[in-house]
Amino acid sequence: MTDESANQEGRPKRRHFLEVFLGTAAVASLASFFYPVLRYIIPPPTAELASDTVLAGHVGDLKPNTGKIFRFGSRPALLTLTSDGKYHAISAVCTHLNCTVQYRSDLRSVWCACHNGMYTVDGRNISGPPPRPLESYDVILKGDEIYVRRQKNS
Amino acid sequence: MDATSRLRRWFDERFGWNELLAFMEHKTVPRHRYSYWYFLGGMTLFLFVIQVITGILLLLYYQPTPNEAYESVQYIMTQVRFGWLIRSIHAWSANLMIFTATLHMFSVFFLKAYRKPRELTWLSGILLLFLVLGFGFSGYLLPWNTLSVFATKVGTDIAGQTPVIGKWILVFLRGGEDVTGATLTRFFSFHVAVLPALATLLVGIHLLLVQRFGISVPPSVEAEWKANPLQQREMRFFPNFLLRELMAWYVALAVLGALAALKPWELGTKADLFAPAPPGIRPEWYFMFMFQTLKQIPAKIGPLDGELLGVLGFGAAFLVWALLPFFDPGRPGRTQRWITGAGVFALGYVVVMTVYAYVAK
Repeated sequence: MTDESANQEGRPKRRHFLEVFLGTAAVASLASFFYPVLRYIIPPPTAELASDTVLAGHVGDLKPNTGKIFRFGSRPALLTLTSDGKYHAISAVCTHLNCTVQYRSDLRSVWCACHNGMYTVDGRNISGPPPRPLESYDVILKGDEIYVRRQKNS
Repeated sequence: MDATSRLRRWFDERFGWNELLAFMEHKTVPRHRYSYWYFLGGMTLFLFVIQVITGILLLLYYQPTPNEAYESVQYIMTQVRFGWLIRSIHAWSANLMIFTATLHMFSVFFLKAYRKPRELTWLSGILLLFLVLGFGFSGYLLPWNTLSVFATKVGTDIAGQTPVIGKWILVFLRGGEDVTGATLTRFFSFHVAVLPALATLLVGIHLLLVQRFGISVPPSVEAEWKANPLQQREMRFFPNFLLRELMAWYVALAVLGALAALKPWELGTKADLFAPAPPGIRPEWYFMFMFQTLKQIPAKIGPLDGELLGVLGFGAAFLVWALLPFFDPGRPGRTQRWITGAGVFALGYVVVMTVYAYVAK
């Protein structure tokens, strides 16, 4: 290889180096512009429920074979009183597509109006599209107050 | 020289006005038995303009916060003079626009107007249809009523089923894990800023492409014209075609006015984030075929959740639909028959499932 040809090959090399250098710098600066924007559009996490127990209602609020929605942190939950006098508490957020379920006295079941999903009062999915059971909570009676607590294993 | 021609000369000297006029004079569209299907694109554009105008008017009174949104729409409907008319036209025109855009798509499909070199025109149209559905979905939440909140929960949950990035999409759309006031703020910004900017850009591209390639002639007409060139007809765009289109727009405006006056858009009840979904809840008609499908799919298919399978199935179907022009060889044969068959199936599926949803309840 003569000196001359080496010199000629050196130029494209230098150009290539400059292109890579400029390209990397451009990509890096773009990344530094977009990274804050990407982080910005995802909101900061909301505060979780301070305790795992909430007051869902009082004895006497519910007649047998009825149910009511209460707030469990930021999400709705369902407290039901069956005909035999037992309280049940479950999440009211349907496992299918997120609608809020309700207790149907006529069916003695928990029903989601959006896509006709059906659960038992303790949250087991029995018919329709729901793929999973609703989360079930512990019910604790203290005097006439009804407390609902997230189960330990979940 | 009178004032008008002086003004005209002033513009011509600066912008080449006469050249532009000459170009417009020479613009023609083919004329044949299917010409009427051409009106649907212009009709959709007209309804889009109606949406922009009425949308800006609604912005004068609407307040995008969970505490005031419902009341502000109520105020528009009951207190503001002609507020009921402006909002009803906005809502009805949105529905009509989705209808004409869909019809436009199917007419382009069956007249094979997407063939080379118009594949990108088709693709930009498909993207526009998605934007229009995005407008519908985001605008639906803004009055903050019970139906709209549940529609948003379901719709965003479906988007959240996307593999890998689903969770990210869900949080991005909702502005958090759940549908809250933060979701309303986001949907408002999508509806009045992000989507209009994208739509304006895409409409521009779509129209430029239509202008660049001219209007397609269906294969059957093309063959007839080739066999007998004397049959070939065309129409000047200005003013002949435009005046016809204008008449169609007037009819559309009359239909809109009648619908808004006879069936003002309802407001429903204010959303309560802790109330159960009301019985009989269902989405707008244009989402009904998907709604019915999701209702029919069993909870589990093999090891997979039925809903996930449904959502993935629709995603794949839409993708294939968008890419169909690239498979069209451009000449009659088996492949083209398959493509037409796919179109007939798609249209049939949408129509049958929609009717079924309304009959079955």
